[in-house]
Amino acid sequence: MELPRYHRMRRTLYHLEGSACAACGGRFFPPRAVCPSCRKGDLTPHRFSGRGTLYSYTRVGQPPRGFASLAPYDVGMVRLEEGPLVTAQLSDTEGVDLAIGMPVEMVTRTLRDAAEHGSIVYGYKFRPLLRP
Amino acid sequence: MRDVGIIGIGQTPVAEHWGRSIRDLAVEAVQAARQDAGVERVDAVYVGNMLSGELAGQENLATLVADAAGLLPVEALKIEAACASGGAALRAAYLAVASGAHDYVLAVGVEKMTDLLTDGVTAALATAADADYEAGHGISFVALNALLMRRYMHEHKARHEEFAPFSVNSHRNAARNPCAMYRHEITAEDFMASPIVSDPINILDSAGICDGAAAILVAPGSEARRARRPPVRIAASTCATDTVGLAERKDPLVWQAVADSARLAYAQAKVAPRDIDLFEVHDAFTIVSVLSLEACGFADRGSALKLAAEGRIAREGDIPICTLGGLKGRGHPVGASGAYQLVETVLQLRGEAGEAQVKGARVGMAQSVGGSGSVAVTHILTV
Repeated sequence: MELPRYHRMRRTLYHLEGSACAACGGRFFPPRAVCPSCRKGDLTPHRFSGRGTLYSYTRVGQPPRGFASLAPYDVGMVRLEEGPLVTAQLSDTEGVDLAIGMPVEMVTRTLRDAAEHGSIVYGYKFRPLLRP
Repeated sequence: MRDVGIIGIGQTPVAEHWGRSIRDLAVEAVQAARQDAGVERVDAVYVGNMLSGELAGQENLATLVADAAGLLPVEALKIEAACASGGAALRAAYLAVASGAHDYVLAVGVEKMTDLLTDGVTAALATAADADYEAGHGISFVALNALLMRRYMHEHKARHEEFAPFSVNSHRNAARNPCAMYRHEITAEDFMASPIVSDPINILDSAGICDGAAAILVAPGSEARRARRPPVRIAASTCATDTVGLAERKDPLVWQAVADSARLAYAQAKVAPRDIDLFEVHDAFTIVSVLSLEACGFADRGSALKLAAEGRIAREGDIPICTLGGLKGRGHPVGASGAYQLVETVLQLRGEAGEAQVKGARVGMAQSVGGSGSVAVTHILTV
């Protein structure tokens, strides 16, 4: 597995950092260098609150290589309260009946199998907000 | 731009070809296409392939294929557009001939998937998604389509069994295609009893892992009209793109790249959806057929399931789809599928589709989609 990739992405993975466009005010996740709305290149880092609602969900039963230790695991798309959608793993879902529209919040969890040399990759996941 | 025609086609049966390598498969399809055309000359080879590096440990693939097929020192390039690679290879061949750069060009689609176990193939297929923000989080390609399907069912209050007619139709047509992998018919009951892969997607919602190769030889229209095979004209060849990450679209249920490539193709061919006699849809999952039919103007938003329920997608219907089995029934050797769709469309337009023949087919559309609707290549062929 590619540890430099996850190190490079640490602000996004740990802080849900995306971009805000100075020209049109659009906010984007993941971060971008060029605004997809107004196509200008004046974007600055923007951290999202991590609160949102579940847009869709499913369960991965046949994990890709590198995720076997987590399987089966739930994944979903989350509509952040600021607008963007994020695709991510879901956490703390045992015993919870997932439903579209349910409130969720970002948590930091182990993202994938540990590397051979023991490095653990952490990143954002979303868990159901049981008492909103 | 010059007119471009298809003068030869070739395909290997889609199967788990344990005894055959990626080069064996590609060469068989190339030889079949050249034999079909009865033409020796080849000026360039464009090889559509998605995963030869990941699955066969082989890049520099087009040169390998050109060499193995005895075509050196011809120009040879690999064309990659995820699952749309096969369609993209024909697009490259079309551009080369239309521009006047070359006269006789081979478009090949090839994929060898069965050398790896499922977890390796699942990881490889996920490379069509965003590596940083989807695949790197363990979101498999099936899961991305399951997220779409669940949302579609939620927004349109659809039940899973309403997707069955797509799979039933593909299997019915595959049973009449000697090159198809799944040559057996299924019922709606079989569909509902099939095991879940990523809910709501089950096995019979999904196209299978397999090996195969298909090839198309194109030439200027003036040459094609003199060819020994019934000439088929490429009336439109288009490509459009959308975000790779599914979550970055305004509305993930609107497949804009698919819509854009279809709209451009209708304009280029001067046709409307009602003029299309058959549509080779990229049915990697049943939800892909649904979203594609809606994006291409064959059904309004939320109404593609009704189209299928009414039997209109069948061979006898007004918009037959996946007429030789589609990705579901014929099999989906990912980078080759687009080339198979085109070979099958040519068979239909020549009237050589046997028991699967769509009567009186004169205008055929083939659409190859890469990623979760992130790149779409559309061709309209006419006779």
